[in-house]
Amino acid sequence: MLTKEQQKMYDGELGEAVQQSMEILVAMGKIYNADKMIPITSAQVSGVSYKTIGDAGLEYLQDLVKKGAKTRIPTFLNPAGMDIEQWKEMKIPEDFAKKQIQILDAYSKMGIMKTCTCAPYFIGIRPKEGEHIAWAESSAVAFANSVLGARTNREGGPSALAAAICGVTPNYGLHLNENRVATVIVNVQCKLGDIADFGALGFAIGKLAKRKYPAFTGIKSATEEQLKVLGASMAASGSVPLFFVENITPEYNVAEDAEEISFTEFQLNNSKKELDSKEKPQLVTIGCPHASLEEIREVANMVEARKPTCEFWVCTSRKLKEEADRIGYSKIIEEAGGRVVADTCMVVCPLERMGYNVTGTNSGKAAKYLPSLCKQRVAFGKLEDILYR
Amino acid sequence: MGIKCRSISRGKGSGEVLISNEPLGFLGGVDPTSGEIIEPWHPLKGKNIAGKILVFPNGKGSTVGSYVMLQLAKNGKAPAAIINISAEPIIAVGAIISKIPMVDKPETDIYKILKNGQKVEVDGDKGIIVL
Repeated sequence: MLTKEQQKMYDGELGEAVQQSMEILVAMGKIYNADKMIPITSAQVSGVSYKTIGDAGLEYLQDLVKKGAKTRIPTFLNPAGMDIEQWKEMKIPEDFAKKQIQILDAYSKMGIMKTCTCAPYFIGIRPKEGEHIAWAESSAVAFANSVLGARTNREGGPSALAAAICGVTPNYGLHLNENRVATVIVNVQCKLGDIADFGALGFAIGKLAKRKYPAFTGIKSATEEQLKVLGASMAASGSVPLFFVENITPEYNVAEDAEEISFTEFQLNNSKKELDSKEKPQLVTIGCPHASLEEIREVANMVEARKPTCEFWVCTSRKLKEEADRIGYSKIIEEAGGRVVADTCMVVCPLERMGYNVTGTNSGKAAKYLPSLCKQRVAFGKLEDILYR
Repeated sequence: MGIKCRSISRGKGSGEVLISNEPLGFLGGVDPTSGEIIEPWHPLKGKNIAGKILVFPNGKGSTVGSYVMLQLAKNGKAPAAIINISAEPIIAVGAIISKIPMVDKPETDIYKILKNGQKVEVDGDKGIIVL
């Protein structure tokens, strides 16, 4: 199963960090019956927020640094628990910030780029169709597989890091063409308007599909932002790492005996009702997954015309925040009582320790995680609704 | 006598068997400072896994469980070895980074052979449980 070079890694000839990483990859290969290791072109590592990995995770990362761990391929980070530059303004507790910085330092020492985004595809990290990668963030996995046609399993934090350190991943699951087949066809029989509609659709279908891969028909057009939210919401409510949309995604492979279901306006409305507490939010959070420049522009236009009735954040990557600063969107947003927040998001930052109880979102993923991870009640709906409730 | 298994994490460990018929999650399931099983309703709740040959079908729950296993090891409260029926990534990764010997897929029904308190050795290099 291993080449000579890989065997050397496994035997410890390239140091302890490489050895431990190759041991992890070999064990994963055994568990999933991989025939060999395959080279990958990039890795994306999750387990960045101090809130999710805690002291145990921090110790693990510092251990790896001590063992001399270094990545061999371009490797990117998922969002952290706070904006690295404006954490004080965000009211992030100081003890949290201190640990968060230690985590980021450990990743940085391994050569990982502190992109801190769940949407690397919006900052130019776009693997091509058929390219093998090892990404961990569930929504980025869904986007890379489905919208870009790249090939990745849904990695855990340690397995993505091990792949980054060794430059290879075991060949199983979604790396193999024969497994990239949908077994449930979703015939969408209603009009989908904005992002919230795609979020509600994804939330409902993820629950039904669970681990099956869905193929959508009846969606006439969809932007990358809409597909992003569709995939993220399915990955959160189910654990869907791959989906197809007829005439839109690069692949569309459906099993002959695929089950067929329909999705009507009635179900769309039910899904929205299920997610929405109907309350007025104290804070509206936009950008789950991280907002594109186009989404930031839309928010800026909306709030410039009419000031929202609550606090709001637009969550995005550092790179796009800098873009938004330069163009002037950030200033418009700040003047309307909002903030462009980089490196983090509403789900992985410690919202529950920051005085908020009701948070608004247009993402099915955020709506799923805000109650459990942040103890929030959720106001779900399109931006025009939640910003002015 | 030995029971042939598949090797998941290298190294050898021996101790007394502690058996669970239920899956085990380490985050919120095991106290990293004492090694005690703290998951409410778990059949082994209150038992301590430190130094034991821990037998359970498979892992469950949060992936952060892998890191909790490392904390246990650093606190000297890790199990001496792990035997799973069918390994999944959380426990496998946790065992590897914590240097806990681990095997899975025993060729015979270990629930009929192994008893709580029985002394055995797990050889994670060869993939054998030595009775």
